[in-house]
Amino acid sequence: MGRIVLDQVSKSFGDVEVIPPLDLTIEDGEFAVFVGPSGCGKSTLLRMIAGLEELTSGAIEIDDEDVTSVSPSKRGLAMVFQSYALYPHMTVRKNIGFPLRMEKMDQAEIDKRVETAAQSLNLMDYLDRKPGQLSGGQRQRVAIGRAIVRDPSAFLFDEPLSNLDAALRVGMRLEISEMHERMQTTMIYVTHDQVEAMTMANKIVVLQAGVIEQVGSPLDLYHKPQNVFVAGFIGSPKMNIFSGPEAEKLGAHTIGIRPEHTNVSMTEGTWEGRVGVAEHLGSDTFIHVHDTGLADMITVRITGDISVKHGDKIFLTPQADQIHRFDPNGQRIA
Amino acid sequence: MAIVAQSSKFSTYGRPILAWGVGLLFFFPIFWMVLTSFKTDADAVKPEHLLFFTPTLDNYLNMTENYDYWRFARNSVITAVSATVFTLFVGVPAAYAMAFNPSRATKDVLMWMLSTKMLPAAAVLYPMIFLAKGIGLYDTHILIITVLSLINLPIAIWMLFTYFKEIPKDIIEAGKMDGVNTWGEIKEILIPLAWGGIASTALLVFIFCWNEAYWTVRLTTIDAATLSKLIEGNRAPEGLFFGRLSAVSTAAVGPIVVLGWFCQKQLVQGLTFGAVK
Repeated sequence: MGRIVLDQVSKSFGDVEVIPPLDLTIEDGEFAVFVGPSGCGKSTLLRMIAGLEELTSGAIEIDDEDVTSVSPSKRGLAMVFQSYALYPHMTVRKNIGFPLRMEKMDQAEIDKRVETAAQSLNLMDYLDRKPGQLSGGQRQRVAIGRAIVRDPSAFLFDEPLSNLDAALRVGMRLEISEMHERMQTTMIYVTHDQVEAMTMANKIVVLQAGVIEQVGSPLDLYHKPQNVFVAGFIGSPKMNIFSGPEAEKLGAHTIGIRPEHTNVSMTEGTWEGRVGVAEHLGSDTFIHVHDTGLADMITVRITGDISVKHGDKIFLTPQADQIHRFDPNGQRIA
Repeated sequence: MAIVAQSSKFSTYGRPILAWGVGLLFFFPIFWMVLTSFKTDADAVKPEHLLFFTPTLDNYLNMTENYDYWRFARNSVITAVSATVFTLFVGVPAAYAMAFNPSRATKDVLMWMLSTKMLPAAAVLYPMIFLAKGIGLYDTHILIITVLSLINLPIAIWMLFTYFKEIPKDIIEAGKMDGVNTWGEIKEILIPLAWGGIASTALLVFIFCWNEAYWTVRLTTIDAATLSKLIEGNRAPEGLFFGRLSAVSTAAVGPIVVLGWFCQKQLVQGLTFGAVK
């Protein structure tokens, strides 16, 4: 079990309110991702759930029990830190077994659990090494192992992959997703990388300046962003967002159109522009279009082979049913 | 190119010569003292006997037979060891608290601690003597241990604080998540990780305690008198007996030099802790 409820939780550092009161419920077994630009309060929120940061006001419940003033280790949660935070003076075996030793568990039982965890994380060959002798990916596995052995009601991940190189990050992302499928334990994952959020989450919580901008499934957020911020934050490359007469013509103060929802033609279309840089990825080509009069730059995605050169004239036509419309306050118009 | 050649010439010849020069300059007074300790009092003051003389052990025999060297040495060991232990006992938790749970007052507290070192000891000499006599602790181990601990605590806390600051906060927090209590954090995580820093702090505090003279000389007569008092006691109205004085000084410095020699690696490591990750 691991249902986590935040009730009017807020945090201030001195006079600065970093998180105004917010409500959030994470259901048992959910994979929730807190995503937002750096400094948006996502890590602070996670640390408050962990108990490492005190609440300024509000309450946190885990499985219907108020844990607001319960110490971190008594909340039944396990945390994986960005810096791995392994104990450098202990072997991998000791690191993974440490929380169990603190619970005064029987040594035979500790050994058994450590081995099980190590096996599932491919760490059997490294059990007697110290963290300093491991690669980044292995260290992160040890940190995850240390979390798993405790059999927690929820896992908290604080940007666990940002210290890894790109290839390793993709691999670990899959491993963590696999782990979630297998264990069906609640996970809360903090990241600034919207790709991680989209690929891993059941539920994404988009934060900006301590405020929840939107909560929903990845495709919810992709198809129905509630405001301009979420529209711009979710999706890669970013959604093209612009205001002005062309937006008014389409019936809104601000218009958003994703790169993949724009038809491209060399001969005719709604908007005319000039090709800037074309990024050929093989399966897709991203074209940066300038001088459209809409925004500094419009990005469009086209599939298949099309050869465009820098400076070519190009025509763009938005797909009518894929246009996102926002009011002057940046809120979605139904 | 010329600059490179010059600097490399300096590093091949100049730097070692400079290093040896400075080293010998520092070493010479100690060497002189050791040498003098094997001279008679008469030889000690004659320049022609600076390097060439007939060595004698009289000064050392005199020291152990007439001056009860071992009692002073025992007092030095008792007070320095106890004061070091007590300083760490208070200093480690204090530095831990300030390094990992800082409050807005932490910086002020650190400054305030250091400011106590700015007070000239002479300013509180008489109050201290009256106080010590008033509560009946004059010339006792407990008084000397307390005084030595108190004068070394600020510097010990500062040193430990700097070492502890090097430990990533995440590791302490991971410990919190893993279920260690405050004592566990210190025992399981802090002490093993900051071992080098704690050891060099301990060594330095011990050296300071051992060599402390201002208070130990003035707050003791016989019972708790340390080696500093013994050295000081080798004055006579007729003048200084340089041979005897040197022997006592050598015997007082000896143990600490030997200890420092054995702990050299630890000490250097501790003092450069954090410079190289």
